[in-house]
Amino acid sequence: MNDVVISVRELTKCFGDFTAVDHISFDVHRGEIFGFLGANGAGKTTAMRMLCGLSYPTSGTGSVVGYDVMHEGDKIKRRIGYMSQRFSLYNDLTVWENMSLFAGIYGLTKKETEKRATELLARLNFVSERDTLVGSLPLGWKQKLSFVIATIHRPRVVFLDEPTGGVDPITRRQFWEMIYEAAEEGTTIFVTTHYMDEAEYCSRVSIMVDGEVRALDTPARLKKQFAADSMDEVFRILARGAHRGE
Amino acid sequence: MRTFIVLLQKEFLQIRRNSFLPRLIIAFPVLVMLLMPLIMTMDVRNVNVALVDLDLSVVSRRIASHIEASEYLDLIETTAEYQLAIEALEQGEVDVIVQIPDNFERDMMLSAPERISIIANAVNATKGGIGMQYIVQTIARALAELRGENAPVGFSELMTVENRYNPTLDYRHYMIPALMIILFILICGFLPALSIVGEKESGSIEQINVTPVSRFTFILSKLVPYWIIGLFVLTVAIIVARLVYGLEPAGSVWAIYLGALLFIFTISGFSLTVANFSETMQQTMFVMFFFIMIFMLMSGLLTPVDSMPEWAQRFTLILPPRYFVEILRSVYLKGTSIAELWVNYVALALFAFVFNTLAAVTYKKQI
Repeated sequence: MNDVVISVRELTKCFGDFTAVDHISFDVHRGEIFGFLGANGAGKTTAMRMLCGLSYPTSGTGSVVGYDVMHEGDKIKRRIGYMSQRFSLYNDLTVWENMSLFAGIYGLTKKETEKRATELLARLNFVSERDTLVGSLPLGWKQKLSFVIATIHRPRVVFLDEPTGGVDPITRRQFWEMIYEAAEEGTTIFVTTHYMDEAEYCSRVSIMVDGEVRALDTPARLKKQFAADSMDEVFRILARGAHRGE
Repeated sequence: MRTFIVLLQKEFLQIRRNSFLPRLIIAFPVLVMLLMPLIMTMDVRNVNVALVDLDLSVVSRRIASHIEASEYLDLIETTAEYQLAIEALEQGEVDVIVQIPDNFERDMMLSAPERISIIANAVNATKGGIGMQYIVQTIARALAELRGENAPVGFSELMTVENRYNPTLDYRHYMIPALMIILFILICGFLPALSIVGEKESGSIEQINVTPVSRFTFILSKLVPYWIIGLFVLTVAIIVARLVYGLEPAGSVWAIYLGALLFIFTISGFSLTVANFSETMQQTMFVMFFFIMIFMLMSGLLTPVDSMPEWAQRFTLILPPRYFVEILRSVYLKGTSIAELWVNYVALALFAFVFNTLAAVTYKKQI
C-alpha cells in the first residue's frame, strides 16, 4: 500500500476570517474507495475543490497523482475526474453529445471516443437513450451518466461530491456497483456522502467536523474505536461535538 | 485544437437546440431593417395648419393654396377669427396658426406691410420646430412667386440648396447604418454574455473548469459562433438595405466588413468582461442595459456627436460604437476609404485588444 495517490498536509482554506478547512492531513492510496464524511458545512466540498484545482489553498500542501495542487492544477485536471454535487452536464445536449464533448475535451480521438462511449453506454444499459436529451432523464440516470462521464478518460482518481443525493435505493446500489468496478480497474475513488450505509462500503473513511479531520480509519476499526454498532453511530458521536452548521 | 473544435460544435449544437435563438438571429435583422426605418423618421408630416385670413386678398389666397399643395402641411381650417384658431390649437387639432394681417396685400405693394404672424404648438418640439420651418418656406415660396410675376428676378433664383452625400435628405439613409450597429450590439454584445452566465447558472461551467480546457480556448469557443452570426447578420442587413431602400455603400464593402469585424471583437470582449463579473442572467442584463443605453444615446447613433455639449463630446471618445458609427456612415454615405478613416480603425482595434485582455484576465477558473 505504498502507492500514494493523494497526499495532503496541513491543508487550509480561509474565506476572510472563516476557516472552512482547518489544517487537514491524510493520504489516499491507489485503488482505495476513500469516504470523505462530515456534516453539512464541515468543509468537505471546499477540501475537495482544492484537490481538484477549482480553488487555491490558503496554506498547507497537497498533491494529487504526484502533482502539486497549488502550481500544477492543469496537470492534475488531465488525470482526474470530478462529479459535482450539483448536476452539471449540458441539459440541452443528448447523452451521446455530452459523452463525446467531454471525451474530446480530455483529448480522446474520434475513434477512441466512439469506442469508449459505446462501451460505457452498453455497461449502463443506456444504448436506447443514446439520443435522449440529458435534461429529460430522471435524476438517478443523470447521476449515473455524470459518473460515467467523469471516468470517460480513465482518470487515476475520481472525485465524487455527494453522488447519490436524492437518488432511490435501487439506483444507489447500482451506483455503488459502478464505483466498485472502477476501483477494481485501479481508479482511486474519493467520495463524500451523507448515507452511512454507503460509508460502510468504503475502504477507509475520514470524518470531518468543523473543518478538521476528527477520525480516519477503516469502518470496522472506527466502530471498534468508538464502541459503536454502525458507522451511523460513529458519525453521531463525532458530529455531536460540532459547533458549526446545523 | 481538437478541444476547440469539440467545444465549438457544442456551442453550435446548443444554439440550434435553443427554441428561440435561431429564429431571433434570422428574424431580428430582417424586422429591424424593414420596420425601424419606417418608424424612426424625423421627417415631419401632417402638420395641421389653421389660416387666419384677415386680408382676404389674392396674396392670402395664394398662400393658402401653397399650404394646401404642400405634402407636409394640411390646411384644416380657414377662418377670419383668431380666437377660433387659438382654441383649435389648444385642443391639439392644429399645430401651427398662420395669421395674415388686414391689408397685407396693399401694404406689401407699399413695401411696409404688417408682418404675417406664425404661432406654433411646440409641445412636440420637433414637430413644432420643423413644422414652423416648412410654413416659413412655403410662405416664402408663395411670396417669391408673386414677386417673380411682378419683378425681373425671382426670389427663389437668388439661392440654391444642395444636400451632398444624402441627396434626398432621406432620414432613413442616415439611420440604416445606425440600425446595423444596434443589431451588432444586441447580437454580439448580449448573446455571448448570456451564454456564459447561463453556464454559470446551470453549473455546467464547473464541469468545464475541472477539465484541462484553458480559459482562452473556452472563451474563444463562446465567441466565435457569435462572430460568425454577427457577420451573417451584417450581410443580411446590407442586402435588405440594397433591396428595400436602394441604399448601396458608396465606399468599399471591405471597409465595412473590416470595421464590423473590429467592432464585433470589441463588443464581444466587452460582453465577456461583464459576464465575468455577473453571477446571474438578470444581473448581466441590467449591467448590459446600462452600458447599451449610453452607447445608443451618446455615440452618435441617434443624434450627432457634434451637437452635444463639449464635455459630452469628449466623453464619446471612450465609447467604442462612436468610431464604428463614423466608419459605417462615412463609408456608406460618402464613400470614404479605409486610409482616410484610419484613426477610427486603430481606435476600434485598441478597444478590441483592451476589452479582450480584460475579459481573459478577469475570467476565473479558480478561486
